[in-house]
Amino acid sequence: MIRFVLMVNRQGQTRLSRYYTPVDLNRRAALEADVVRCCLNRKKDQCSFVEYQDFKLVYRQYAALYIVVGVSDGENELSIYELVHNFVEVLDKYFSRVIMFNLDRVHIILDEMIQNGHIVETNKNRILAPLSAIDKMADG
Amino acid sequence: MSDVVEKTLTALPSLLSLDSQPGSAKLSSTSKLGNLIRGITELTSKHEEEKLIQRELTSIKDQVSSPNTSMRQMKELMVRAIYCEMLGYEASFSYIHAIKLAQQGSVLDKRVGYLAVSLFLNESHELLLLLVNTVLKDLQSTNLIEVCMALTVVSQMFPKDMIPAILPLVEDKLNHPKEIIRRKAVLALYKFYLIAPNQVQHIHNKFRKALCDKDPGVMTASLHIYLQLIKENSEGYKDLTASFVTILKQVVGGKLPMDFNYHSVPAPWLQIQLLRILSLLGKNDQSTSEIMYEVLDESLRRAEMNHNITYAILYECVKCIYTIQPKSELLEKAAKCIGNFVLSPKINLKYLGLKALTYVVQQDPKLALQHQMTIIECLDHPDLIIKRETLELLFRITNGQNVTVIVEKMLDFLRISKDDYTTIDLVGKVAELAEKYPFETMNTVFSLGGDMMQPDIPNSFLKLLSEGFDSDEEDRKLRLFAVDSYVSLLQSEPNKLPQRFLQVISWVLGEYSHLSAELEPATVMTLLSKLLDLKHTSSETKSWVLMAMTKLCEGGVAISVAQDIYETHSSSMDTVLRQRAQELQHLSQDSELRGRVLPRDAGLMPLEVDSSLSFLDGFVSEALAAGAAPYKPPHQRQEELAQAKALSLEPYSLSLPISMSSCSIADRQSPTLMSMSSGLSGDSTDLSHKGGSTTLKLDGVKRVWGREGYLAQREPVEETAQVEVPSPLRSPSQQAEADSTQSQTPTPTVTPELEQDKQQLASSLFVGLGSQSSVCLMGKSDPTPQRFRRKAQGRASSSGASEKTPTSLGSTPSPVDNLLCNSLLDSNLVSEPTNQTPQASQSLDTTNGNCHEELTDVKENNPSLIHNNEEPDKPKDLCLSSHLPTELSGLSHSEITPLCSNQSVNLSACHVQKEDSLQLVIFIFNSSDSALQQMQLQVDSGELKVNYCLSLITDSPVEEVRSHSVAVCHYSVTVKRPSVHVEVLGMLSYQLPGGTPQTIQFSHKLPLTTFIRPLTLSTEEYGSMWLAFSQDTKQNLTLINDDQDPLTTTLNVLKKKLQLHVVEIIGVEGIVACQLVQDQPCLMHCRVHAGTLAVWLRSPVPDLPDCLLYHCQRALQEH
Repeated sequence: MIRFVLMVNRQGQTRLSRYYTPVDLNRRAALEADVVRCCLNRKKDQCSFVEYQDFKLVYRQYAALYIVVGVSDGENELSIYELVHNFVEVLDKYFSRVIMFNLDRVHIILDEMIQNGHIVETNKNRILAPLSAIDKMADG
Repeated sequence: MSDVVEKTLTALPSLLSLDSQPGSAKLSSTSKLGNLIRGITELTSKHEEEKLIQRELTSIKDQVSSPNTSMRQMKELMVRAIYCEMLGYEASFSYIHAIKLAQQGSVLDKRVGYLAVSLFLNESHELLLLLVNTVLKDLQSTNLIEVCMALTVVSQMFPKDMIPAILPLVEDKLNHPKEIIRRKAVLALYKFYLIAPNQVQHIHNKFRKALCDKDPGVMTASLHIYLQLIKENSEGYKDLTASFVTILKQVVGGKLPMDFNYHSVPAPWLQIQLLRILSLLGKNDQSTSEIMYEVLDESLRRAEMNHNITYAILYECVKCIYTIQPKSELLEKAAKCIGNFVLSPKINLKYLGLKALTYVVQQDPKLALQHQMTIIECLDHPDLIIKRETLELLFRITNGQNVTVIVEKMLDFLRISKDDYTTIDLVGKVAELAEKYPFETMNTVFSLGGDMMQPDIPNSFLKLLSEGFDSDEEDRKLRLFAVDSYVSLLQSEPNKLPQRFLQVISWVLGEYSHLSAELEPATVMTLLSKLLDLKHTSSETKSWVLMAMTKLCEGGVAISVAQDIYETHSSSMDTVLRQRAQELQHLSQDSELRGRVLPRDAGLMPLEVDSSLSFLDGFVSEALAAGAAPYKPPHQRQEELAQAKALSLEPYSLSLPISMSSCSIADRQSPTLMSMSSGLSGDSTDLSHKGGSTTLKLDGVKRVWGREGYLAQREPVEETAQVEVPSPLRSPSQQAEADSTQSQTPTPTVTPELEQDKQQLASSLFVGLGSQSSVCLMGKSDPTPQRFRRKAQGRASSSGASEKTPTSLGSTPSPVDNLLCNSLLDSNLVSEPTNQTPQASQSLDTTNGNCHEELTDVKENNPSLIHNNEEPDKPKDLCLSSHLPTELSGLSHSEITPLCSNQSVNLSACHVQKEDSLQLVIFIFNSSDSALQQMQLQVDSGELKVNYCLSLITDSPVEEVRSHSVAVCHYSVTVKRPSVHVEVLGMLSYQLPGGTPQTIQFSHKLPLTTFIRPLTLSTEEYGSMWLAFSQDTKQNLTLINDDQDPLTTTLNVLKKKLQLHVVEIIGVEGIVACQLVQDQPCLMHCRVHAGTLAVWLRSPVPDLPDCLLYHCQRALQEH
């Protein structure tokens, strides 16, 4: 099961966080800082999975951006690793022309892909369908 | 492929980090968020960030409550509030506005409102109720986008109690023409099932409909529900197996639309989901498993593309194959698949391979053998997670023979680990393993694991130490060793030791430091008193320390130390400490009283307990007469106190480990002692019952520690018994030495080359995981083991380290065993005084004439004992015996028994009894006209340890037999688990030129008697051993009544037929000893009683007494 998804930059600043298991608001910042430290310290040739407390972190780096997913022990880490890439491909597909900050839209995309810690959709067209519809309506 | 994508995606961070181009139309609406983010990025201190965010929150707060704020502005404010909360600053004032936005906004604003609600609120937040109406309205909207949004938020969070309000609407959506609505409705129902399963009880049939939906997305969504349902009750959904299989088949076959592909792999995450469901359904269910074999095979076959995601599928597939009922063909493929994983240079795949292996070895430990070298490499991998996963794997394959090495590896990891979770997890595992190896390992465990370990671990350890083993001398050595090592620990840096360890140390020093001659009580007292001054010493530990001091205060210096301690602690706030200090003071003044209250070696003497406390009667009546209140039991006092709301007197209920020292074993009387001390019958229950009144009852007390270690783990101990039970023939001092050296040097010390080092490590790690396959593996892999083997043999003979390995005369056991011997036992273990060197084998007959005689006897007896359909006097017999291995040719062998035959081969076997093993020789006679090729003989047995012996002439197992000639396979066999007849199963596979591979199977029974050897020992040794053995059996046997001394006659018959050693005969009692090769002693006490022979057998090995009894019975009947 997926516990959280984080997007952080190389300075360790959180760009997006989504929790699927309850974590107190005041404990999140510390947890994120810790998680990011775990991943930032690792070298390129090291494993993309890290043991963290009683669960595992799966992380992937795209230039200065890190995407970190916390998963419980029974999860298939490699499938999550590829899920991250799928997510990034979806973002790439959607944001290809408009350059802007879109915290809300990234969240909406993520909501289409993961719910309650489970992967609910991986088909790119279908992930983007609701958001595209919303955009169309807002424009038109 | 993915590299290219990754390169194009490097532009992504800029998408998200707002290095925006000026002039963009949409920019103005987010520029405030942009400013905020940029501002925060530039800040250097947490304090500044806090100030900035607080300012931002105030500004947001002002604007959201302003009536002039438009919904579009509100949306923008919400995104900023989300951002602030994401950084950890609560924005609770905005929650209600988020709900309002969801309610009143249009399209994107509404969606952001819903998003903000799902991010801000948790499932039990009361504001969530306000969302119900909005959801209801949107679910009924004609705008599909709004329906979609409502369903999305419902499937994320919804108040449990309000489900009935929207359930009919959601159910309705299951029939919606649009797939996206149906899909989201299914996901909403899944959420309902998760939070309130009863609410959706009635619509299970609708789940089935969703499963059969023509749209793959809807079907996929329904799988979430089914995975959950099947997890909870797999029985109820077996009928769906075929459907899941069909779906998987279609997915794997590429029947889905192209856009479900990810990097040309069809719906990989769907495949993974289906595989998980299938493994749950097929677990422990043969018929259901059979349905899925084909599709699993296909999945394995299809997933050949070299991409991460196919490996993710393969991993799941392998797991499934090893979870359901096994099919050998699939297992083979899956094992191969794992091989690709672990050998991969890609570290992520290696990790997954190790994880798969960890899972798989629980089903089939032998698989670890195939990858032993990779595992060794992973153990030293610079990446911690690989190391950690490897340890996890090793933990699963731990057995009695490799436990020390594995524990050492885990401790190495513990030393570098800084993470609490890892420490807790590993300490638990190490403790579980280390309990079998009490001493050195426990010290390390105590100091590293410290206060995180379960409290019963140190308690059991102390109990073990106080109860002691079979020999006083040995106990003394062990305790002395404990005392010495603890004193040196205290002298170095006691402030680093955890509390629990300090408590253990205190108790041991208090109890046993007098054993050390050069150690003055005063020295120990001073060391202990330092503990009291340490800041971090807890008061519980302090009272352990004071108790220990009370036992020690003897002699001038010690008394003055005691006096000092008393003065500091007599005014302690802690009542328990004060009481201990008082006791210390009193007892140090009055050595006579101390001697009575705290007698030395209390553990060895039964403590007299007068539970009625009658000796206090006078005191009580006096006190009562003087006006004291009568005694009330604690519960009554507690009640009254509770009513009176008075202070609790909790501290007095603390109990101290004095009970520990008074433990004694009630029913451990020796029969020899009994017969000397009383004229009573040898009925032990009688006596132990009598003893019970004066000894502490330990019946109810769980005995966690025993001779072999942790008793709770009977199973593994059973296996190790033969190996780990110290030989009774070793003296206790040697034993203690062995124990210590063994745990100090578990890793190989001989390191001529790195590769050999690894080989050694491998052999010590993977020993005991099925000797048969290890032999094949090691024997064939490369010449290194061969070189190694010779060397090892030399070492073994020179050091005489043979306790653990069947280093049989002149024969060579499997390389693995020799390596084990070399690495694990590279210490000065002193072995029993038998002939270990090959040279000595020649002189066996002359130096040990007795033995020879008995061997011949056995040979004579064999025909009557082996009830195989023998056809003796075949001429073949004679000619076969000429093929006996040279090292056995001089010894007498049993009848050559035919095993099986077909048109091309005849198999027969014989055995030769050697002092420390049984040599099994199998003759393969090629009766065909052409040569047998690729011959492989596999011999295996559940009860025996079978080691292939390479002939001295040819270094490798025979692979080819010419026409009409004989090949000989020679095995050294020792007993792993006694049974009346042990059975050897074998299979010969071979190929005739141009023909197909053929196999022929056989089984060969060997009576246990062929493994029994006399055990020569003195009556005293017998006595001490008797006490240590836990497995016993009693029965009456027929007495051979033919002359004046029936006992002697009967015992002589047994001696002759079963090779028992008669230790001594006194009057009507006799004691007899024997051992099962190798080093598994069994003692027998015989007593003539009412015309029968009452025998009582004891052994450390389970089942051995029973089996031996059976053979005694047979032997006497046949006489």
